[in-house]
Amino acid sequence: MRLFATRHPVWAAIIAVVAAILLWMIFAVWPDGLEDVIGRKKVFLNALFNGITLGGLYFLVASGFTLIFGLMRNVNLAHGSLYLLGGYVGYFAAEATGYWLLAFPVAFVVVGFFGILLQVLVFRRMEGEDLRQTLVTIGISIVVADLMLWGFGGDFYNITPPQWLSGPMDTFFVTAVKSSGEPVFMKYPMVRIVIFAASVVVGVAMWLALNKTRIGMMIRAGVDDRDMLSATGARIQIVFVGVFAFGAGLAGIAGVVGGTFQSIAPGEDIRFLLASLVVVIVGGMGSIPGAALGALLIGLAEQFGSVYFPTYAVVLTFLIMVVVLAFRPQGLLGRA
Amino acid sequence: MKKTYLGTISALALMTTGGMAFADAHSGPLKVGILVTLEGTYAVPGEDGVRGIKLAMEQAGNMAGGREIELTTVSTDTTPDSAVRGARKLVEQDGVDIVIGPLSGSEGIAIRDYSKTQPDVTFINGISGAQEATYVDPSENFFRYNMEGAQWSAGLGDYVVNEKGYKTVATIGEDYSFIYTQVLGFAIGFCQAGGEITERFWVPLGTKDFGSIIASLPDDVDAIYLGLGGGDAVNFLNQYQQAGGEANLIGGTIMVDGTVLNSKGSAKDALIGVPSSGPQADTYDGEKWVAYVDAYKEMFPDGFPTPSLFATGYYNSTNAMLQCVEQVGGNLGEGQADFRDCLKNLQLDAPNGMITLDENRQAIGTNFITEVQEQPDGTLANNVVNVVDGVDQRLGLSKEAFDAIGLPSRDAPECKTSY
Repeated sequence: MRLFATRHPVWAAIIAVVAAILLWMIFAVWPDGLEDVIGRKKVFLNALFNGITLGGLYFLVASGFTLIFGLMRNVNLAHGSLYLLGGYVGYFAAEATGYWLLAFPVAFVVVGFFGILLQVLVFRRMEGEDLRQTLVTIGISIVVADLMLWGFGGDFYNITPPQWLSGPMDTFFVTAVKSSGEPVFMKYPMVRIVIFAASVVVGVAMWLALNKTRIGMMIRAGVDDRDMLSATGARIQIVFVGVFAFGAGLAGIAGVVGGTFQSIAPGEDIRFLLASLVVVIVGGMGSIPGAALGALLIGLAEQFGSVYFPTYAVVLTFLIMVVVLAFRPQGLLGRA
Repeated sequence: MKKTYLGTISALALMTTGGMAFADAHSGPLKVGILVTLEGTYAVPGEDGVRGIKLAMEQAGNMAGGREIELTTVSTDTTPDSAVRGARKLVEQDGVDIVIGPLSGSEGIAIRDYSKTQPDVTFINGISGAQEATYVDPSENFFRYNMEGAQWSAGLGDYVVNEKGYKTVATIGEDYSFIYTQVLGFAIGFCQAGGEITERFWVPLGTKDFGSIIASLPDDVDAIYLGLGGGDAVNFLNQYQQAGGEANLIGGTIMVDGTVLNSKGSAKDALIGVPSSGPQADTYDGEKWVAYVDAYKEMFPDGFPTPSLFATGYYNSTNAMLQCVEQVGGNLGEGQADFRDCLKNLQLDAPNGMITLDENRQAIGTNFITEVQEQPDGTLANNVVNVVDGVDQRLGLSKEAFDAIGLPSRDAPECKTSY
């Protein structure tokens, strides 16, 4: 951090000022003039928080995608199908057992197993052939989407969180002050906070696993130079299968999360494939912190867009992508 | 030798084509093309539309006016160009005489324009509901037996003011023409009854995260009108519950249709007691409606609990076609003139009320004001609270007054007590 500040003093100053303004906007009671210009504080705070929690969901989907790409140079365009499958599996697991939390491990295992099948039966047969892999995964995603439409129908599925998670909770953020001088505290959906916390835990755990463990070391070595790693005697095929299973399992968990605070239906697979592509392009292919940063940016852009300029909200995410591609084609945290 | 052979073949060919043309005009199977969406997000409603057609055909024994009906189905994907492509295939390759369809609003407008280039073919709309398809620049051979978005809102505004006592309303809707039209129908009734629309929110179609929009909804209104459909509707309700929203809600037609009421999970529970309106109601006790629902359930045990409005739309259009082919004895007449005369003047005794056509060949029909109610078996259904007969496309206004409002858009119509 100190290194960054000495190297880029101007940027460091700008970032510090922006952070200070943001903190002030979050904690201070807004003066009337500011409310006239950009609307109520409640709206702003909600957009900020929703953007961050939505970013958490995007991170869950995109991190598996970027991990698989980083290690295997393998653009898995069936990643959206894994997300959707996870949602359906999670719904039925939660419905059958009555335990919402149980949906997560079940979806992780089932979708992870599906990922193993994909790796062993499909990708291993066409290693290093990018174009073939891309086309085959597009084909698989179309077939799987139709199979799921056949099996689960076109209904909208919504995973119901347990009682203690539904409804809003009070936070300590003051959104306004009543004329009597009594502060009005912001209410925020409990489930979104829990989901965000969970995705932070997953992200940190992944970072630790990659940077502090032996397996993580192997994966990082594989990302840098796959051939050299296998020449040193590491059993790279097993590492591949493990990473693919883990990435697919994460997409499955993301499906449960998405089914809980949004809904699961045909077409969501494409939407999340597109979202994770954008996130990964913005953040940098193969980088986990990049996926986190990209997910956060895209989530915030969608939410702020939806309240402050709804007509162009859809364009905003792609605009970010275009800007990043124009000035930093390898992604914000990607390596050239 | 070769020459005679060629001669015989061409003579034969001539005879067969001539003979077939002859058969086509008077007897032999009547070719009917179906345009319906069987792919993508609207595949499930489209499938229900096909059930409506099958039911009508089954009840008529696949015959009308002594001629067998031969159906050719083409799938569209709700985009205008897919509808035109499908219609071209039906008309120019399969040589159909009548086309029934399409399903979605912008498709309907495209098919109206295409129908002008094919004056010898009659087009009967499936269930597409854009106002412009018949109100602006109507086509002589395009008939619509279903009401459109604004008509589906008729009577709702009046009901929420006078029965529910909601005086101020904010609307939130998907940013496209069908919802503009629905809000127009609602606003005209609501504002004339003395209500006031304080704010209108428009979100892009396909919005899945409503968190921030829910936070920006005003607290000081009596109710919130929801013009959302499908997955957007389910997501909104889910997130609205999670945010602890407690305002009164009013639903647009597709906010409370089968796709939302039959969704899995608890999001839909937020709809219990919500008033809405539409061209049909699940628990309507009209004799024809009950018979229709029973026949539907018997023929399609794995269909919806009650037929969706897509099934009813295609069912009514197919029935109109069958009745008129019957009436002209299977002979559609020169340029189908007799058949079209019959269609224009038909009084269609449909399950969801009597339907007649106006001078633009647009349906005048019955609208139902409903409230969502939990049924004894735990499912949700639309319960009829009021029936409005004879709803026309101008919602009872004069042509001048209605034209003065302008085409529905984000901020048209203005909220006024008289138009």
